[in-house]
Amino acid sequence: MLKKIRVGLALVVFVFITLYFLDFTGLLPDWFNFLTRIQFVPAFLSLSVITVLVLVVSTLIFGRVYCSVICPLGVFQDVTGRVAAFFRKKKLRYKFRRARTFLRWSVVVVALAGFLLGVPVLLALTDPYSAYGRIVVSVFKPVYVLGNNLLEFIFTHFDNYTFYRADVSIQGWGAFVVAFTTLLVVVYLAWRHGRTYCNTFCPVGTVLGFLSKYSLLKIRIDHSACNSCSLCETNCKGFCINSKEQRIDYSRCVACFNCIDSCNKGAISFSYGLAKRKKQQTEMDESKRKFLTTAVLSTAALPAVFAGNAKSDKAKPTPMAPPGAISTQHLLDHCTACHLCVSKCPTHVIKPAFMEYGLAGMMFPVMKFSDGFCNYDCTVCSEVCPNGAIKPLTVDQKHLTQVGKVVLNLDHCIAYRDETNCGACAEHCPTQAVTMVPYKGALTIPKTDQSICVGCGGCEYICPETGKAIYIEGNPVHLEAEMFEEAETKEFDFGGFGF
Amino acid sequence: MDRRKFLGALAVAGVAATIKANGAMHLMSQNLGTSADGTSVDLVAVMGGEPGAMFQRAISEMGGMQKFVKKGFKVAVKPNIGWDRAPELAGNTNPELIAEIIKQCFDAGASEVLVFDNTCDDWVKCYKNSGIEDAAKKAGAKVMPGHQESYYRQVSIPKGIVLKEAKIHEAILDSDVWINVPVLKHHGGARLSISMKNHMGIVWDRRFFHRNDLQQCIADVCSLDKKAVLNVVDAYRTLKTNGPRGKSEADVVLTKSLFLSQDIVAVDTAAAKFFGQIEDIPLDHVKHIENGQKLNIGSMDLEKMNIKRIQI
Repeated sequence: MLKKIRVGLALVVFVFITLYFLDFTGLLPDWFNFLTRIQFVPAFLSLSVITVLVLVVSTLIFGRVYCSVICPLGVFQDVTGRVAAFFRKKKLRYKFRRARTFLRWSVVVVALAGFLLGVPVLLALTDPYSAYGRIVVSVFKPVYVLGNNLLEFIFTHFDNYTFYRADVSIQGWGAFVVAFTTLLVVVYLAWRHGRTYCNTFCPVGTVLGFLSKYSLLKIRIDHSACNSCSLCETNCKGFCINSKEQRIDYSRCVACFNCIDSCNKGAISFSYGLAKRKKQQTEMDESKRKFLTTAVLSTAALPAVFAGNAKSDKAKPTPMAPPGAISTQHLLDHCTACHLCVSKCPTHVIKPAFMEYGLAGMMFPVMKFSDGFCNYDCTVCSEVCPNGAIKPLTVDQKHLTQVGKVVLNLDHCIAYRDETNCGACAEHCPTQAVTMVPYKGALTIPKTDQSICVGCGGCEYICPETGKAIYIEGNPVHLEAEMFEEAETKEFDFGGFGF
Repeated sequence: MDRRKFLGALAVAGVAATIKANGAMHLMSQNLGTSADGTSVDLVAVMGGEPGAMFQRAISEMGGMQKFVKKGFKVAVKPNIGWDRAPELAGNTNPELIAEIIKQCFDAGASEVLVFDNTCDDWVKCYKNSGIEDAAKKAGAKVMPGHQESYYRQVSIPKGIVLKEAKIHEAILDSDVWINVPVLKHHGGARLSISMKNHMGIVWDRRFFHRNDLQQCIADVCSLDKKAVLNVVDAYRTLKTNGPRGKSEADVVLTKSLFLSQDIVAVDTAAAKFFGQIEDIPLDHVKHIENGQKLNIGSMDLEKMNIKRIQI
């Protein structure tokens, strides 16, 4: 029964969070983003005290239900395991393995140190929710869009325009390589090794595993009924049941409840501390000490390794964090590169960074105007971000948020150089920070005013000159733009047509 | 002559009596109607009404929609849906006008009406917030996307001086007739955006235009073999400044007017002169109009035309 509830809930969360990441047509209402807000690391980074408390307390009561129900990467492994079982002739039998405590805590320390010492990519790489987000956006979404385009092809053939073609292209190759590698590793491990990923690499799994040792309700073995048949052990994808010793390593139990159903003797229960506990061994003391010293030493060297890379190239333009990010630093301090903003940006302005923020900020969202520009009235990225890395903006606030400033290189401008009308930049400028002014006779040329520019990139995107005569220079710290002056209003007198 | 006409009509009536209402009869009756009219109207200008009502009046002055849309025709209606702007901001063609045009097409017997534009802002937002997607669908038209290159086909433009070929949206190419429905706007680059400028929404690569003498390319694309059967200029609201997008409602003037003609150069000349009453933009600054006349697409000589000016 418990297992059925677990599977049901997990599937609902998993299907909808995946669909929420994939959806580009507004299929799912906005409130589905609550599924991203109950994820551990985003809640932690956005300082959602209540969410973190609920997750911690629920772990202290039920064990790692976060891992078995809420975490999409966790459930994805279960799904993969199921698929693997379908293709397998003989049922896979798991066997108890010893805990890899040193490795587990090393990852936690590295991720945390990265976060504290300005190498946020490390936490981003290891956070399971974000890793899954990247897999969906970089690997699954192109497939999803291809499917959509196939449907579009069929429907349009019959003059039905319900579906429309969407862009299949991958938004960032660096992020794709990372996401695809993560996918391969996770699928490989889930195929044969159950939840090994969660119990070896995942820092959230490690922290929650630590908490779940002290949880109120636990999987417990009734030693009087147990005959050490090992059925539970062979069904334990956490590899945490030692049936011979009738002992469970609770730090690795993901509360899947598979063992309960597998036991013929009814010796396993999910219950409050009634069953007698065998004394746990304290094998890890020495390894803990060794681990701590290595961890401290190795992490001390980390920032130096990454920092050198970040500051190497002065000539590079300042990268632009999406509006609402406050500053590049704020973004780097809070983002874990789940790429929800990348997926949801309707104009494909937000891309996973390659080296724009340096190696330390690889895959973090950066604005690029190669495929589009930031819609003046759009606030989607700020609404969906679960990390508080891109803070919510109202449309009015967005209108005055300056992520960068326009820079005009008149010598490259077609109107000025070739003396033919163009005006594509001013055409796209919502505040007329770029406006066309009279030059020679009928010819107009662009003129810029940085104070009212919001850095939407319309001018840069549309400039037909291959070298771009106009572009946006990013603001490392976002500024407040001045409000543009409105035009003089006029009334028409309806006197005549004028011809 | 009268006798011949009478006999002809009698013969037609006789045939018609034997055939049930069908396309052939429809065409015959229509031919009789127009020849009886005699005078042809080159341009209709209407002022003072609501968008739908002004179009009804204008098209009836031109001889009715059935003169241009025959039974079973596949029609493309091309508004300006370039911007993510509400109708009040006049960045796009008025949705009520589009709805009325679609209705008239169906009333004239059109089998299908397609509406599309190659937008500047995100097309989903443009279609939705312009009110055109809703209005068009309600009127029974199909709303087609135009945001990907695959919707466009390469076509040669033999009369073009700079633009020799372009990728044109398939809704235009596959239609029996198409109706061009621009909105009258100030334009920083082309100076004014009217019927000719609205052609930039039927092509895929607009950057080519901007790179290679915008004003000539606009004229060139209008020399396309498949010309719009009607040009309907929406001047219900006119974007007088900061076009073609506009900054705020202060850029908009309520002008409650509409211009209709088959001659794209004439209708743009008329609309440009009309615009000149609000803001001073000399006609010769809107060079693509003059370039259009040079390509023999139409005439700027309004003096020689039969123009109906109507105040509602």
